[in-house]
Amino acid sequence: MPSGVLGERSPFEQPALAPLNVMQGATSTPLHKLRGTITPSDLFFQRHHNGIALVDPSKYSLTIHGLVDRPLRFSLDELKRFPSETRTYFIECSGNGRAAYRGAKPEMTPQDVDGMTSNAEWTGVLVSTLLREVGPKPSAQWMLAEGGDAALLSRSIPMEKMHSDAMIAYAQNGEPLRAANGYPARLLLPGYEGNMSVKWLRRLEAISEPNMSRDETVKYTDPLPDGTSRQFSFVMDAKSIITAPAFPEKLSGAGWWPITGIAWTGRGKITRVDVSVDGGRSWQLAEIVGDPQPYAHTRFQYMWKWDGKPATIMSRAHDETGYAQPTLDEFRKVRGKGTDYHFNAIRSWNVAADGTVGFGG
Amino acid sequence: MKPLALFSALVLLMACQPSGDDVKAGERPASYGLGHTPTAAEIAAIDIDVNPSGVGLPAGQGTAATGAVVFAQKCAACHGPKGEGIEKNPKLVGREPAAGAVFAADFKQTKTIGNYWPYATTLYDYIHRTMPLSSPNSLTPDETYGLVAFLLTENGVIPPSTTIDAKSLPAVKMPAQKQFVRDNRTGGATFK
Repeated sequence: MPSGVLGERSPFEQPALAPLNVMQGATSTPLHKLRGTITPSDLFFQRHHNGIALVDPSKYSLTIHGLVDRPLRFSLDELKRFPSETRTYFIECSGNGRAAYRGAKPEMTPQDVDGMTSNAEWTGVLVSTLLREVGPKPSAQWMLAEGGDAALLSRSIPMEKMHSDAMIAYAQNGEPLRAANGYPARLLLPGYEGNMSVKWLRRLEAISEPNMSRDETVKYTDPLPDGTSRQFSFVMDAKSIITAPAFPEKLSGAGWWPITGIAWTGRGKITRVDVSVDGGRSWQLAEIVGDPQPYAHTRFQYMWKWDGKPATIMSRAHDETGYAQPTLDEFRKVRGKGTDYHFNAIRSWNVAADGTVGFGG
Repeated sequence: MKPLALFSALVLLMACQPSGDDVKAGERPASYGLGHTPTAAEIAAIDIDVNPSGVGLPAGQGTAATGAVVFAQKCAACHGPKGEGIEKNPKLVGREPAAGAVFAADFKQTKTIGNYWPYATTLYDYIHRTMPLSSPNSLTPDETYGLVAFLLTENGVIPPSTTIDAKSLPAVKMPAQKQFVRDNRTGGATFK
């Protein structure tokens, strides 16, 4: 067949986001249809608080104001004239894994279990570069980030994060951001819960105390068994998920099979991934594929010689702080069965003698 | 030094300097001179947030009575006539369960304004910026103050006669505020 205006996928490959038509919710990445670490931009998960904003780039501006010496407003073209950075980062919704935690079912795919995490190469200007232009006052300990979507989503971000690695991203995997991912410009906070990387970013206000917006008080806080609610739990702790073998895959028979998946941490680099093929009784070191980047999905694999008997396979990620993913029991004990966010317990998949694979919680 | 030698030395010196304002790799100018200073009106048009001290609250006022009318017109279709919630649209009213621990034990326990919202000012900020979903950021200050007064009254946080305005709202203490604690996770070997 002749070439077209876009390089379409082979008709034999039909990866898809799910669920569809979401206005106030999430649509997830088909993790089990992907290899390597980069999420294609059209398969990047989306979480919307009131739909996708369609922003005309010629009318877009980012205003930085509040406790600064020189408030400034930048057009998109002006943002692109600053020195740029290109870095690979994951974004994970802090509610990722909630459905699987509350109601695990064997027929859940990796997309159903943990599809609200994706990984892309981002290009943009560091917030620290813009802060040099506006000059934050010493009292400016936080910044309020506000989106230009219908929800006008707002979050308070510690100034320290803004000075370190926060970025205003305008490109994703080499092209302008996709509309659903914040076109024409979004905030990007490496390692932090996804909603703080405010899409369609319209302003940053330097403030002295957190704003206590609804999405940092009522939502995105973690109720704990001692009766407290943990607030400002920004960092996504280490986590991993096996993407194959996993439901709905069926192994055709005994023999060598790669157990592969992704691991990531909001605290820097993944240093090690363990795999268990006996339900967590023993663990083996998995191979890290390629060179792990900080705050990015890291691919792991473990060559498994399946004997054809029922088996439970699991993965456990470790990060550079010495943190290891908790077991499901440990997680339930510390956070409670009804907790709301940051679900990073070890996941399991049950392989039956006939080769079918089911999610095991 | 002879004039010609001086001239040659100057040319040599200038050739070693960066031309114009260009900077060497890794160096940055004090400012790139991009962007413009927004006018006060330009900032005011988007600076809509309200914080717990009340900064950002506009002039205007409302009571549970004025708010009840707005709620019936613009909110009840989704949230129910008494803020009891309809399907996925959240329940807004109720003090029970009051104890924080129940939320960690049972996700079916509903978080409401009365049992979970830690700051009353957040109500103004959120309602004004986000509601109603079909035409957000459309409510007037008086309508918003009225809705805040209505919801705080229905939740038993303020007496029905209270007038809510820029002065009274930041003074309202929410029942759930004391249960919020800052993140204590730091990585490392201990799971928190």
